[in-house]
Amino acid sequence: MYYLEHIWMIPLFPAAGALLMLLFGKRLSNAAVSVLCPGMVGVSFFFSLMAVLQLPSQPEHRFETVLYTWLPGSLFHMANGQTAHFQADWGFLLDPLSSVMVLVVTGVGFLIHVYSVGYMAHEGGFYRFFGYMNLFMFSMLTLVLANNYLLLFVGWEGVGLCSYLLIGFYFLRKSATTAGNKAFLVNRIGDAGFVLGMFTMLSVFGSLRFTTVNEQAASGAFSVGDPTITVMTLLLFVGACGKSAQFPLYVWLPDAMEGPTPVSALIHAATMVTAGVYMIARSNALYVLAPQTMAVVAGVGAFTAIFAATIGLAQNDIKRVLAYSTVSQLGYMVMACGVGAFGAGIFHLSTHAYFKALLFLGSGSVIHALSGEQDMRKMGGLSKKIPTTTVTFLVASLAIIGTPGFSGFFSKDEILWRAFTTSVGNGWLLWGVGFVTAGLTALYIWRLVFLTFFGESRVDHKVAHHIHESPRVMTYPLIVLAALSLVGGWIGWPQALGGSNHFEHWLEPVFEPAARVLLAEATHEAAHSASQEYLFMALSVAIAGFGLWLAYTLFLKRREIADRLAVSFSGVHRLLANKYYVDEVYNAVFVEGVAKGGGTALGRFDSSVIDGGVNGSAWLTRLTSTVSIWWDTWVIDGSVRAGSFGVKALSYPVRLLQTGLVQAYALFIVVGVLIFLSYYLVR
Amino acid sequence: MLPVTTAHYVFLSAALFTIGVIGVLTRRNVVIILMSIELILNAVNINLVAFSKQFLSVNGQAFAVFVIVDAAAEAAVGLGIIIALFRNKETINADEIDLMKW
Repeated sequence: MYYLEHIWMIPLFPAAGALLMLLFGKRLSNAAVSVLCPGMVGVSFFFSLMAVLQLPSQPEHRFETVLYTWLPGSLFHMANGQTAHFQADWGFLLDPLSSVMVLVVTGVGFLIHVYSVGYMAHEGGFYRFFGYMNLFMFSMLTLVLANNYLLLFVGWEGVGLCSYLLIGFYFLRKSATTAGNKAFLVNRIGDAGFVLGMFTMLSVFGSLRFTTVNEQAASGAFSVGDPTITVMTLLLFVGACGKSAQFPLYVWLPDAMEGPTPVSALIHAATMVTAGVYMIARSNALYVLAPQTMAVVAGVGAFTAIFAATIGLAQNDIKRVLAYSTVSQLGYMVMACGVGAFGAGIFHLSTHAYFKALLFLGSGSVIHALSGEQDMRKMGGLSKKIPTTTVTFLVASLAIIGTPGFSGFFSKDEILWRAFTTSVGNGWLLWGVGFVTAGLTALYIWRLVFLTFFGESRVDHKVAHHIHESPRVMTYPLIVLAALSLVGGWIGWPQALGGSNHFEHWLEPVFEPAARVLLAEATHEAAHSASQEYLFMALSVAIAGFGLWLAYTLFLKRREIADRLAVSFSGVHRLLANKYYVDEVYNAVFVEGVAKGGGTALGRFDSSVIDGGVNGSAWLTRLTSTVSIWWDTWVIDGSVRAGSFGVKALSYPVRLLQTGLVQAYALFIVVGVLIFLSYYLVR
Repeated sequence: MLPVTTAHYVFLSAALFTIGVIGVLTRRNVVIILMSIELILNAVNINLVAFSKQFLSVNGQAFAVFVIVDAAAEAAVGLGIIIALFRNKETINADEIDLMKW
């Protein structure tokens, strides 16, 4: 019970670390920083683990604690005319869903922190990096442990801020700061939707607390297809699109690769970008009430998956391939949520966190070995020089394409199977898209592997001498993650293969209301047999194998075919290499459009209102100064001059006596004497 | 022969004084003006000595001696001023010296 009651401390450890770093980090040695910051996350992981282990003792596997009332209650009118009490708590909720998230976040986060100690060892701003990373952990843990949407939003914005700070970590590089700004701005669009969704929710349910909202939604008071709930869920999905990089708001994620590689692994692959998926899963009781939204979610997810996978085929930057791969895999998760397979989505989220973090850290290790080279055209043949990285990378690559036994196999097949059997949308179409994407995934990931690790070396001579395996502080996290990528999926071993799918059962209480509605909605009882499931598994393994073989042929064995293909389909190749020109279109429509159209309007506003105000005040100043000049000249100066003129006028007759001639004065004396004399004589 | 009385001396003194005053007021040359002032002082001396004899008191004569000393001093200072003036203005005409005019 101790750890459960203290789950509020889980986010506080990294918060303390971040505070220490940002206040005193400059004075701490690198060694102190590299013990302190990963240590804080490690303690968080320990607390999370213990709390999750204690969770089954709770009724309904749920534990909720409110630290204090953050925004005290105030009365307001809801949409239906009733009054409600708005109140937001600083409260934490640990249930099966958040327990999965908190373990993934702290566990993978801890490994990446350890890795960063080695990766960032030679970089400036060591303490700043770890301060931001710890701040990120704090925000992310607040996000997944929050017990209401508003506190979730606090974490949501916090991770957005840290993402911005860390993308722009190399702030001397213009492209890095621009990428940071782009991520921030695109996320704002999503956040606007999320905030509006929260307002709608508040006016419908009168509360933002997960338990209250879910209870009301599942109470049967709302019919399936309720328009308000459809709008609400769509708005929330806009937020998820921004955070989880779904079409059309995915554009920031590939650019986010400007940040240091551990950041890409932690924030832009394993944790933050999954926040949208988590939020949808958390709102499952709402989403199942809005089938139209579900269809949109599934459609957007499927489209994003295949769209990003095709772009990934033609990229040459190792991290960009992984970035588009992340977008594509997030599409899978969102599609899973869209077809009502929330458990499968979260399952893929956790396995993806292992193998995609591993892929990113492995690529970081490659980049580290090659002194910063990221272009795959200048790699090749690295497998002998960096064996540990190669082996772990191969494990992750096998996991992501769904090799049987590896973690990706279980989660991806779960999603594909659920997409096919969905009652929400067109099962065949969704499955088909997911199926093709699985093939594309195998193709682009193994293209990356073959171009990077095998074949002849295309490394620069200058760089070639320095190629070295990364230090143990970097390879050990790789090994742990490789082990997780291998066995991490066994927890969800499907029943069809003789397992018991613990993962699904563990999450069942959270998705129970959704499952009830979906079951009632299902018009036709799914008569899918186990043999059909075997067939689909075999098919997806086959296409993954085909993709692997194709990559082997095109990019290792007979590269000339790939080159010839790129030439003969140069139009397609250019389209893919330029990412469908989406950035250019956005630039033309939004950036330029705003800059030009808005620029004119703003210019007019500037010249009329702003300048008008300035000119007006200048005119007023001139007017008052004219008045004051007049007053000064005529009244002040006038009185002074009148005074002096008066004195001068009065003194004028006296002045005439002052001839300066001595004889004149003598004459006056004589005349004066004579006057006195004559006065006395006459008297 | 008519005896010389005090009245004669007084008339002489008055005549001399009047001549001196007219000289001071009318002449342009500062040296002449200075000489006219000597005439005025000596007219006073005659007056003093005449009344000294009239009242049989030496006070008047003693005073006249002081006036003579005073006249000598005055002539010395006056001539000094005139020389300084001439060096600066190259004139000793009283009507051209009006620096103290307003």
